[in-house]
Amino acid sequence: MDRRRDLLRTVNGAPANDTESIARVVAATWRIEAAKITAGLSRHVGDFGFAEDLAQEAVAEALAQWPHSGVPANPAAWLTTVAKRRAIDTWRRRDRFDERIAMLAENLDDGQDGSAGALLWDPDSIDDDVLRLIFISCHPVLSRPAQLALTLRVVGGLSTEQIARAFLIPVTTVQQRIVRAKKALARADVPFELPPENERSERLGGVLGVLYLMFSEGHVAASGPDWMRPGLAMEALRLARITAGLLSREPEVHGLVSLMAFTAARFPSRLEPDGTPILLADQDRSAWDRSLLRLGRRSLQRATELRDSRGSYTLQAMIASCHAESESVASTDWQRIAALYGDLNRVTPSPVTELNRAIAIAEANGPAAGLDIVDDLAAGGTSATLHLIPSVRGELLARLGRRREAHAEFERAASLAANDRERDVLLAKARGDDRDAVGRRGVPSHPRD
Amino acid sequence: MKFMLIMRDIDQAAVDAAENTDFEEIIAAMGAYNESMVNAGVLSDAAGLSDPSEGSVVDFSDDDPVATDGPYGELRELFNGFWIVEVSSQEEAVEWAKRAPLDAGSQMEVRRINGPEDFPQDNEWIQKEQEWIAEGTSSGQ
Repeated sequence: MDRRRDLLRTVNGAPANDTESIARVVAATWRIEAAKITAGLSRHVGDFGFAEDLAQEAVAEALAQWPHSGVPANPAAWLTTVAKRRAIDTWRRRDRFDERIAMLAENLDDGQDGSAGALLWDPDSIDDDVLRLIFISCHPVLSRPAQLALTLRVVGGLSTEQIARAFLIPVTTVQQRIVRAKKALARADVPFELPPENERSERLGGVLGVLYLMFSEGHVAASGPDWMRPGLAMEALRLARITAGLLSREPEVHGLVSLMAFTAARFPSRLEPDGTPILLADQDRSAWDRSLLRLGRRSLQRATELRDSRGSYTLQAMIASCHAESESVASTDWQRIAALYGDLNRVTPSPVTELNRAIAIAEANGPAAGLDIVDDLAAGGTSATLHLIPSVRGELLARLGRRREAHAEFERAASLAANDRERDVLLAKARGDDRDAVGRRGVPSHPRD
Repeated sequence: MKFMLIMRDIDQAAVDAAENTDFEEIIAAMGAYNESMVNAGVLSDAAGLSDPSEGSVVDFSDDDPVATDGPYGELRELFNGFWIVEVSSQEEAVEWAKRAPLDAGSQMEVRRINGPEDFPQDNEWIQKEQEWIAEGTSSGQ
């Protein structure tokens, strides 16, 4: 106990009972333990929303008490114990001395100093509880934004303010989303249990979808007011790794971890210091994060060992791995990437995937071969991709030297582009500016870069 | 943010105690600790180092560097294993360090790992170093 405090004092450079450093310790503990604490409480009180409120109250109490009493030896157990006492208080106020209190009170000892609670810690059941929590946070009765907010809040342990910063929305909006989500779960009478076996893989798809969306939010809009946007992508990777640890037999979970890791490995070289994106062709590959690349490889290996048929995330991870393992754009195995996009399009058909296949084919076999595919796509009358088809078409036409047609396509793409910055780039291309760079630059070939 | 948790014994008693503890027990405790970090999604890397008596030390105190065998220097200067964790704050790294199954006489040092952003990007040696690191590790995998 004393040793722990000494260590803390040394590392933080401030006495551990100073309010500000206590707040940081509480925040750190909460981030590590939020899922376990909330999940454990949910199992005991049988009400997910109530459990979340109780946990928050316990955190508030820690902030008030720990500056005086010191940090307890097992902060997570302390928080759980206090939360359970609050549950009993609440039920008492509601005048309901029923068997629930008996059940809960039974394993609460009467320690007054906050050191109680080791008894309540049931390490064997925690992992399953966390898994249940992940599935409930991503329950299909909730909208995607609600699933995201709830997952970050109860599994990730982020505060309402942090979530608001991450998604660039007002705090009150996040609060409302979380309140509504909890009400929706209560209304739908969602039990605190894992989905039945036959619904499991379908529901897992939803969970992975939420994590991937979270990752993309943090990744695509790379500029933001502070650390939270890249932090959000790393948080999504952390949550995906938790899920992979809990569902280690599911290949797609490892596929998603691999995809995120390969993508995140490129973060250090993705942006100029002023926030301008750097395209894949121009990225300094030596700055890619080696330990994340290693994680990507390991997870991809696990995913491919578990099952022969590849899911969508595993295929995307395999594509990301092709990019990660090659020295340059020129030496990239575009043939293989084209084949993988073909596989991906069979698993989850999408015009964007087909467009990416066209670009890979263009890299492998020349712009004319790529143009054939894009022409087929355009003839198919798909409107889902808005400006992307004319933009890629313009690029390939330009490479073939058909400037006049390219010009028209770029103008059309510019008129369809929603993003100002993108529109400027397209208009510049339409004017024929930066002609030397008309090559790979600006092809929206790898949306993840 | 990445942190390295550096494990070391600062007291001969801790070294002796570890030698008298059942090896299976140590493996089980460390294994559970590692698993908790894997399951929390924070572990990037970890390794233990072989016994210092198998090592060498190169000392720069004299005019020319002098190499000597094995344990050299104060016990507290030696370290015998490390973890690299990806977390969001120093405090979180410290919380993980506190959970290590270590006993009295042991210490964990928690150090942030410098990222590219900590160095001047236009420095040619920094750029070269990144290339060397890339070459050295990419072939190993």
